[in-house]
Amino acid sequence: MPQGAAANGSDCAPVLKEKGQREVFCGLTGIIWLHRKIQDAFFLIVGSRTCAHLMQSAAGVMIFAEPRFGTAIMEERDLAGLADANEELDRIVNQLLERRPEIKTLFLVGSCPSEVIKLDLAKAAQRLGGQYAPNVRVLNYSGSGIETTFTEGEDACLASLVPEMPTLPEDAPKNLILVGSLPDIVEDQFMRLFAKIGIDNVASLPERSVDKLPGIGPNTHFLLAQPFLGDTGQRLLERGAKRIDALFPFGVEGTTDWLTAAATTFGIDAGHVAEVLLPYQERARRGLQHQRERLEGKTIFFMPDSQLEVPLARFLANEMGTVLTEVGTPYLHRTHLTKELEHMPPGVQLSEGQHVDKQLERVRATKPDLTVCGLGLANPLENEGLSTKWAIELVFSPIHGFDQAGDLAELFARPMRRRDVLKV
Amino acid sequence: MQLAVWTYEGPPHVGAMRVATGMKGVHYLLHSPQGDTYADLLFTMIERRDHRPPVTYTTFQARDLGKDTSQLFQDAALDSLERFKPDAMLVGASCTAELIQDDPAGLIEKMGLPIPVIPLELPSYQRKENWGAAETFYQIVRSLADKERTPSDREATGRRPLANLLGPTALGFRHRDDIVEITRLLDGLGVDVNVTAPMGATAADIARLGEADFNIVMYPEIGEMAADYLKRTFRQPMVKTVPIGIGATQDFVREVAEIAGVDPEPMLERNLSRMSWWSRSIDSNYLTGKRVFIFGDATHAVAAARIASEELGYKVCGFGCYNREFARDVRAAAKKYDVEPLITDDHLAVEKAIEEAQPELILGTQMERHIAKRFSLPCAVISAPVHVQDFPARFSPQMGFEGANVIFDDWVHPLVMGLEEHLLTMFRDDFEFSDEAGPSHLGHSILPGTGRGTVEDGGGAQAVRSDHQNKETTLPHVPLHQPAAGPPPHAGEDETIWTDEAMKELKKIPFFVRGKARRNTETYAAEHGVTTIELDTLYDAKAHYAK
Repeated sequence: MPQGAAANGSDCAPVLKEKGQREVFCGLTGIIWLHRKIQDAFFLIVGSRTCAHLMQSAAGVMIFAEPRFGTAIMEERDLAGLADANEELDRIVNQLLERRPEIKTLFLVGSCPSEVIKLDLAKAAQRLGGQYAPNVRVLNYSGSGIETTFTEGEDACLASLVPEMPTLPEDAPKNLILVGSLPDIVEDQFMRLFAKIGIDNVASLPERSVDKLPGIGPNTHFLLAQPFLGDTGQRLLERGAKRIDALFPFGVEGTTDWLTAAATTFGIDAGHVAEVLLPYQERARRGLQHQRERLEGKTIFFMPDSQLEVPLARFLANEMGTVLTEVGTPYLHRTHLTKELEHMPPGVQLSEGQHVDKQLERVRATKPDLTVCGLGLANPLENEGLSTKWAIELVFSPIHGFDQAGDLAELFARPMRRRDVLKV
Repeated sequence: MQLAVWTYEGPPHVGAMRVATGMKGVHYLLHSPQGDTYADLLFTMIERRDHRPPVTYTTFQARDLGKDTSQLFQDAALDSLERFKPDAMLVGASCTAELIQDDPAGLIEKMGLPIPVIPLELPSYQRKENWGAAETFYQIVRSLADKERTPSDREATGRRPLANLLGPTALGFRHRDDIVEITRLLDGLGVDVNVTAPMGATAADIARLGEADFNIVMYPEIGEMAADYLKRTFRQPMVKTVPIGIGATQDFVREVAEIAGVDPEPMLERNLSRMSWWSRSIDSNYLTGKRVFIFGDATHAVAAARIASEELGYKVCGFGCYNREFARDVRAAAKKYDVEPLITDDHLAVEKAIEEAQPELILGTQMERHIAKRFSLPCAVISAPVHVQDFPARFSPQMGFEGANVIFDDWVHPLVMGLEEHLLTMFRDDFEFSDEAGPSHLGHSILPGTGRGTVEDGGGAQAVRSDHQNKETTLPHVPLHQPAAGPPPHAGEDETIWTDEAMKELKKIPFFVRGKARRNTETYAAEHGVTTIELDTLYDAKAHYAK
């Protein structure tokens, strides 16, 4: 949870800190998008039947083909002695790799039970990695609910990749890494834009294959595409890369700032950048126009879920004229969000952590036009006459960049539009 | 450890949640880490419930582990008591909390709460969801059923016989509608329902279970343990026939009538289901001997096998269940249908068995729906675990006479119907009758390019289309039991070679029987030492297997 980062952004509005029952997914669920993004990898959760059931419930409605993830379900006898658990894990990995010979990278993913019994997955990864090298690389990270919430699972996964990144020589030319898994279509758009701006040496973390991890050296700069990558950012800094501080690329404002910050770092003429971006900005604004009519003056309440809340709220307030009643986030990474907090309208109520019942009381008291919340809460709130938006949709939909700005606004506008058309 | 991609059952505390959520005024305090709250969405999203399940999770995190998680637990207990004011509280631990050994039962006992508190011991690393539901319901009945309550004097009050309906829970497969149908059916027989539990019951309802004359176990997986207890404690007889299908419903009516002392004949004579006529109607002729693979929980699977075999005229070619606790029932039934029962909770083993059996229809769970989709086979769902689409808006019970009507529709519609089968054979070159088109009433049912199972011709055009589809959906098809490259064209199993002519002829056979034809021919060839399959081999095999 807390990353121990310097509290640079402590000048923003007071934050309500809460502790209590949380209504968020654990970090294991990051696997649902990571296994599609990283195509040569398999994610093996070492956990309980609950973990397998969670993945099935969270993913089962979306994925019909056999996914590239699975669970090694621990049973009574695995708890008897850790030596046995290790033997069992080796047997499962063996069985898996025999059945899926196309796997090039295997992530052993820690869960609550494996953390509590202190099953050392780092050691297991080392042991198995030695055994299956060079065909299969074995890495590990924790997605457990006692360590991580929801999107922090991606952070933990990407952080585990940082030590695997090849080291670039000191005199290597400047390179840029976009950090955070983006939908392929969005990633491609950004690559085209960077090329037009004049930055060619751009890679992503993660790339679509672990084999193609970008190199890192003293001339490496990185741009976070997601606000929840605290550990990954830290590890990149430790390896000498430099973070480019920028707004996150949501809406015209955020995307412009994100791209321009990179261009500035790479010493590109500001006039040229402005010229390149202008048609994209205009197109994005056209896309936003209709939605602005629907969203202007509407009140919105963000329940904490993905850590995307702050930049999304900034976009809604500044570009859509939406009124923010409360912006909850599971964890507020002040360093990465310094700029975002500066761009928020003054006096916005931020909350960090969660006590779900108290939050629901505030939702009922403020009666927002829209509440962004987790899957478990949406129908009960709809039943109380409140329009909701599944927070997870914002994680699963392409929402970054100019050409998705209209779609992003539409995601918020749709529940209200629906409320208006229904006569039942 | 067990390697699982999908699981048939959740952990036992999810079973307990199904009981608590089905009931009214009962709250469940679950010692668990953050993240276990995912289970809420099963109810609010998959079942579309309009209220949050009555569960408070203690939500401990790693940083709490060094400190005092038991304090966290006690605070949550007081908080939920004050906030929700339940009539009774269930207390338990999820898999992770079980490992930190805080002893919720002991902690809650020390607190001396002013309401009945029922501690649950649900060993997560040994047992599963159905067992968890059964044990929870049993503990609730044991704790709350008032032993002083007995049936009132029937003759003196002139009342009708009274039955309890036991077993339905939240998130059950059609439990909501089965309760309505069975209550209506009992009413028609002159029997009243005393209490339905756990679904819809309050703590006060549980207290008066003893006032019924007898119990009806609707879902043995969940209700039988409690019914056994009631039989021992209150001497209430138990109706064990599960009324799914016409025959079973008739048996159920007779069994209830006997215990209740009413006449079943008027109801049986009225022939309350259309299913038997629909099944005898000439259009249903095409159903004869359709090979069906059945897999689900034991109760639904056994019922399905009887319906398939006796009431629809299908041939049961595969049969099994995932819940070992009830495997005995499945083994007994398997003998009747002359199949080897498959008792496993490994969905990959089920997939393999389905691939080998090459059925024409799968009756299964949500997992088998995944499998059917991979193999391009028609499928109907008969049992949990289920998907949001298995909670239909309309009334669609599985039990009773109306349930039999629903089942007829659900199990027949995925198939190519009646005379269309013949048209498919006759006009194979008509583009609308091609393999890609599939049954004309289900435009979407055939997924081109899943490429295995019955659509197994390795055809060029189809392969191209499959690649295209894969790119669109970004779900690359990864074969499970074959090397990624797949077999070379025209080579069958065990290196049998098909001549071009024979392969061309094979492709003229409709897709829904082609897999079987191919397999039969190759088996025949292997058995007769034929290494090259000629046109004649195909027809020799056809004659050989003709029945």
